[in-house]
Amino acid sequence: MEIELKLQRLLRKILLPFSFIFCGIFYGQDPDPLVGKKLFNANCAACHKLNKKAVGPALKGVTSKYDKEWLYSWIKNSSAMIKSGDAQAIAIWEEYNKSVMNNFPQLSNQDIDNILAYTDYVPPPTVAAVSNIPVQPVQNNSISNQLILFALVLIFTILLTMLVLVNRTLKKIAVANGVVLVEEKEKKNITPVWEAFVKNQFLVFVSVVFLLLSSAYFGYGYLMQIGVDQGYMPVQPIHYSHKIHSGANQIDCNYCHSSARVSKHSGIPSLNVCMNCHVNIAEYNGEEDLENGYTKDFYTNEIKKLYAAVGWDEDNQRYTGQIEPVKWVRIHNLPDFAYFNHSQHVSVGKVDCQNCHGPVEEMEVMYQYSPLTMGWCIDCHRKSNLKLEDNEYYQKIHESLSKKYGVEKLTVAQMGGLECGKCHY
Amino acid sequence: MKKKKTYWKNIEQIDKKSPLKNDIENKEFANQLPVDKILLNQDDFQLENTNRRDFLKYVGFSTTAAALAACEGPVIKSVPYVVQPEQIRPGIPNYYASTIADGFDFTSILIKTREGRPIKIESNKEAPDFGSANARVHASVLSLYDSKRIQLPKIEGQDSSWDSLKTQVLLDLNSASEKQGKVVLLTQTFASPTTNKIINELVTKFPNIEQITLDTVPSNYAVQAFKDAYGFTGLVDYDFSKSHFIVSVDADFLGDWQGGGYNTKYVSNRVPDRKNGKGKMSKHIQFEANMSLTGANADIRVPATPSEQKKILSYIYSEVKGVKSKVKLSPEHEKKARFAANGIKKFGSKAVIVSGLDDRSVQDLILDLNNYIKSFAIDNSARLTRTQSGNEVDAFIEELLAGKISGLIAVGVNPVYSLSNGEKIKDAIKNLDFSLSFSMKKDETSSVCKYIAATPHYLESWGDYEFKEGYYFLAQPTIKPLFNTMQFQDFVLSIIGSNKDYYASIKEFWSQNILNGKSWNKVLHDGFYQKKKNEKLKFKPKKNINIVEDSKSNSKLDMELVLYTKIGMGDGQQSNNPWLQEFPDPITRVTWDNYLTISSFDAKRIGLKNINVANGALNGSYAKISNGDSFLKIPVVIQPGQAKGSVGLALGYGRKMGIQEEMQTGENAFVFFRHFQKNQNVKVELTDGFHEFACTQLQNTLMGRGDIIKETTLEIFNSKDKEYWNPIPKVSKNHIETAVTSKEVDIWESFDRSIGHHFNLSIDLNACTGCGACVIACHAENNVPVVGKREIRKSRDMHWLRIDRYYSSEDSFEDDVDTKDAISGIGDSLTTFGKMEKASENPQVAFQPVMCQHCNHAPCETVCPVAASSHGRQGQNHMAYNRCVGTRYCANNCPYKVRRFNWFLYNKNDEFDYHMNNDLGRMVLNPDVVVRSRGVMEKCSMCIQMTQKTILDAKLEARQIKDGEFNVACSSACTTGAMVFGDINDNESKVSKLKADERMYHLLESVGTKPNVMYQTKIRNT
Repeated sequence: MEIELKLQRLLRKILLPFSFIFCGIFYGQDPDPLVGKKLFNANCAACHKLNKKAVGPALKGVTSKYDKEWLYSWIKNSSAMIKSGDAQAIAIWEEYNKSVMNNFPQLSNQDIDNILAYTDYVPPPTVAAVSNIPVQPVQNNSISNQLILFALVLIFTILLTMLVLVNRTLKKIAVANGVVLVEEKEKKNITPVWEAFVKNQFLVFVSVVFLLLSSAYFGYGYLMQIGVDQGYMPVQPIHYSHKIHSGANQIDCNYCHSSARVSKHSGIPSLNVCMNCHVNIAEYNGEEDLENGYTKDFYTNEIKKLYAAVGWDEDNQRYTGQIEPVKWVRIHNLPDFAYFNHSQHVSVGKVDCQNCHGPVEEMEVMYQYSPLTMGWCIDCHRKSNLKLEDNEYYQKIHESLSKKYGVEKLTVAQMGGLECGKCHY
Repeated sequence: MKKKKTYWKNIEQIDKKSPLKNDIENKEFANQLPVDKILLNQDDFQLENTNRRDFLKYVGFSTTAAALAACEGPVIKSVPYVVQPEQIRPGIPNYYASTIADGFDFTSILIKTREGRPIKIESNKEAPDFGSANARVHASVLSLYDSKRIQLPKIEGQDSSWDSLKTQVLLDLNSASEKQGKVVLLTQTFASPTTNKIINELVTKFPNIEQITLDTVPSNYAVQAFKDAYGFTGLVDYDFSKSHFIVSVDADFLGDWQGGGYNTKYVSNRVPDRKNGKGKMSKHIQFEANMSLTGANADIRVPATPSEQKKILSYIYSEVKGVKSKVKLSPEHEKKARFAANGIKKFGSKAVIVSGLDDRSVQDLILDLNNYIKSFAIDNSARLTRTQSGNEVDAFIEELLAGKISGLIAVGVNPVYSLSNGEKIKDAIKNLDFSLSFSMKKDETSSVCKYIAATPHYLESWGDYEFKEGYYFLAQPTIKPLFNTMQFQDFVLSIIGSNKDYYASIKEFWSQNILNGKSWNKVLHDGFYQKKKNEKLKFKPKKNINIVEDSKSNSKLDMELVLYTKIGMGDGQQSNNPWLQEFPDPITRVTWDNYLTISSFDAKRIGLKNINVANGALNGSYAKISNGDSFLKIPVVIQPGQAKGSVGLALGYGRKMGIQEEMQTGENAFVFFRHFQKNQNVKVELTDGFHEFACTQLQNTLMGRGDIIKETTLEIFNSKDKEYWNPIPKVSKNHIETAVTSKEVDIWESFDRSIGHHFNLSIDLNACTGCGACVIACHAENNVPVVGKREIRKSRDMHWLRIDRYYSSEDSFEDDVDTKDAISGIGDSLTTFGKMEKASENPQVAFQPVMCQHCNHAPCETVCPVAASSHGRQGQNHMAYNRCVGTRYCANNCPYKVRRFNWFLYNKNDEFDYHMNNDLGRMVLNPDVVVRSRGVMEKCSMCIQMTQKTILDAKLEARQIKDGEFNVACSSACTTGAMVFGDINDNESKVSKLKADERMYHLLESVGTKPNVMYQTKIRNT
């Protein structure tokens, strides 16, 4: 089923440009929806959507509402049209809270035609055709493995039964021949194993020591993991996927966690940062993970939660002022007595975020990747070198210290990064 | 045969006829125990509520449940802003310039805020004047988070809203003006141009309102004298940096005299330097009754009662003017007075004389003398921070008591508490038709007023000020008001129907009258604006100046009481501030109390005693002081240096209303503050009982231990070698005297600290006035807990930084050393040391701030069994609290006794109900410093959070660190320059030069600890 869906998607991807090209040929040279799509994404998508109202109106079927010549002049210089007192222009201007549309004098009529072609484009029903293509399951490999395993198990079982049977017949023959079996005779004289064990004081001593040591080892291990929340993966009030934002969309960590560069806190982004993008992205159109229930609807619904929290009225494209701060569950909790500064590591030490936080760009649900124990901190301080490039602060001190220690590049530890008071005060 | 004794266990047993006799004798239990019944009857057995098995089950279950619950970590929520303000970045402090003007303290300050809440006050050192915050100003940030603040307006004790309060007040005001009834607007000194304008507008609208200024502790006689001499209301601002000879007659100008704030300029020429030939410093002679901070810092201090002081003044006056004096002085006083007069004559314009005596003729005389010698110290701009002139307040009180007033509006004042006849005034206010109090607290006055208008703290308010002619300051809010409060000015503006708020009014007034085209934003950023004053002060000399001497008419009132304000408590506005309650008085080192200071001579005469009890705490007998119908029962502290025949008592204590029970300390001395004169005649008697003081240092002397405080005179400093007055202690090695600092006698191997930063702190004992601003700054920066009076008494105070005060047992510390050196033999030593424990009648006083000395060879580090105390390469002695197990070995091994142990949990503990026990008070905590828990040792960290921040900032900006960037809380709070912090590996730094200074010495150098804190020898110009 899953594969079927994937194939469908793949085919759709391949077929869509083709269909565009067909259409292009069909419509002649001028309006090319494929070129139009590119232009639309570059120029219009910030404020317009095809099927939905955004900052500006939905553009699907815009050609049927307005005259083409009117559209040319509107797109090129809308404010002039409003000023000139064009009734249609004023009507639309007033409908959208008197917000002025950017002028696009750089677009030629040809470009605009292409864009309009894209807005009018209806994809041919390729999906139905695709679903009719029979899909051959390709599962040979795994099945053969299972078969081999099964055969092996069967052979071993047969061998085992044979062995038992042979043994039994041999014994019967021996008894019949009057041979006394040695084992049975000796059994009565042999002391049981546990008695022998108790009598052997050395063995008792060794095993007691062993038991004590191993329980101490495991006890210590248990105690040391108390308060270490590696892998802590709480459910958040809004399902925020780092995989989508940081992975698929390649957004820099510092874009949202901006204070990590300057402050001790990396900072949980305030909701107005989310709205920088989500004012336009109201629904999810990316990959789905159906196994875990992460459908497009699911993600879109999470975006709606953001809107509710920040008080964004999607229909009217404005803030209502009714806010509901999001109570995120904090994942990385250092104890109060440990001082940690993000900017020291991010900006001065130029440590990648992933060093401590793991492959965040692959995390659908954020979790604590590192143990955040003192041993873990110190380990890194011992191994890492200082980042001296272009940092005037280190010049003098590094020169004299590296001479003292006889190394080319100092580690953080040699710089004093292991001193208690640097982190505990 | 002996009669056999009868033992019995019940009275029935003796009575032979009793039917119970047999039972008692034969049965162990009177009734059979119902064992069978219980065991046989299963139903009953099961009906029992909890039997043994169930109990075990419950125990087992609850233990498991508790254990399981403990395994679950707490879920911590993080709530970011919905819309984050641009200038707030979590983890980074913002600083705002603002101004405090609470009617007593007037200072330009910087406010450190974290995530939108103010957490620390710092001096605005760029301000041209009034830029040095004292201990009270530093502590005022905690008063913002006072849980006893009133949170909304009240009408007759009931919660109300601003709208209904406005309507009610307007109704009452209108009915008062209809009836032609006089309404008095009793205010603090605002020193605010815009407020004055707003009040004028109010008076224009309601002409029946009359404004009267009431300073809690006024300088009204000086204001009167100034008004007559110069023609307007104000005070002379003295610039002590321009005087080389300072004569002060009871003017505590290092304390709160005429608004205080004189220390920076005073100290600026008190630090001699031999680099350019001879060292120079000003000479300061002080005549006073109480031992004040100023007297303790003076070169020559002469104890004299107020009546003697007046005689001395008139003697000096006639000597300087060359008139034959008629007054009779004691030989000692005459000698010193002649010395002062000759000094004034000799130094001429470079001399100054000041007086704090509350007497009109004295203040006239002072102005006359200073103008006669054309003293450079008289600043051309007058101070405007005390404006009460006395007469109109007296008139108002009379009218109020006579019932001639129909309404009262009190703003920032608490007359019921701070006036001597407060009880009568209380009844009079109750009888008024209309009474409204603008207050942050339900204090003595506002609780009897009909309306209380809840005002915001100054950190939540706008304000503009002119502290001195031409010196303008701005105050801006640094936090959104915590409660439903309104500023007085905003309230008035809405009452007079203005459409502007106070902020808009200030902005308008400034752009029209002050700024002269300068940028408002720039001024708001700086916090101050200076305008040049062109016209000169014009002095109108007075013809007849005659000091009216007090005649001791009533021989029963044998003692002269001198009221004063303490560095910590001031006028008592911040009584509910635990930092200030626990702040040790710089002189007596007593916390949580006010008391009667008395000379040992008078104490002996009356029979008053101070006793040190077994645990080292101080007990003092109670005295009853009385004058007419006012009397107080007050404990006594025997004060060395107190003038015979005088007693001292601090104002600002004994508040009861709007104050937590723990902070209701001391007695209200305002009952004696008649006619705003701090000198009163009283009768002092012994009464029963002893008071338990919480004193952080005993009243003993330095005993000639010259290696703790090194002191010399300017003469010796200039004429002799360093070896003479600041020798390095020596030890004998192979019968050769070797300096303890030399490597030969050191058993330690030193670390190489020549690379990177090496922090040192230099404390100049000449520049330190003992003001204690550093102590409070340290509290605020390092989350130092308040432990309360009971714990302080057990010497469990938590101050990371203490200012030790030492007395000399001879007339000077020098003489002490001579006495000690002259001891021969053990018998002599016992008797001499015994004698030296007692301070002399007029001792020299020295202040010494002591915090962790951050020894390079630290005794504490070697004894810690868990290595919780370790040394950093940068010279700081680290203390890892989470590692500490509380053996207290380190504290025992510390020669400086600077380590503090958390005997209890001081936060979130009802036993210690101070600011750390409520959510509001905890908002003041510095998020960069751990709040320590029970069983942990703590101490000064040399503000490692601040030095690390400076280093990180330099790393982030990829630059070297300049000198002056490194700071610690105490050094940045110090406005006299006594504390200098920096990196001694930077050869250009100020501190590395101070380390090479010949005055430099280390505390207890002979111990060989090699501290990173150094002191500069104190030099007195005697």
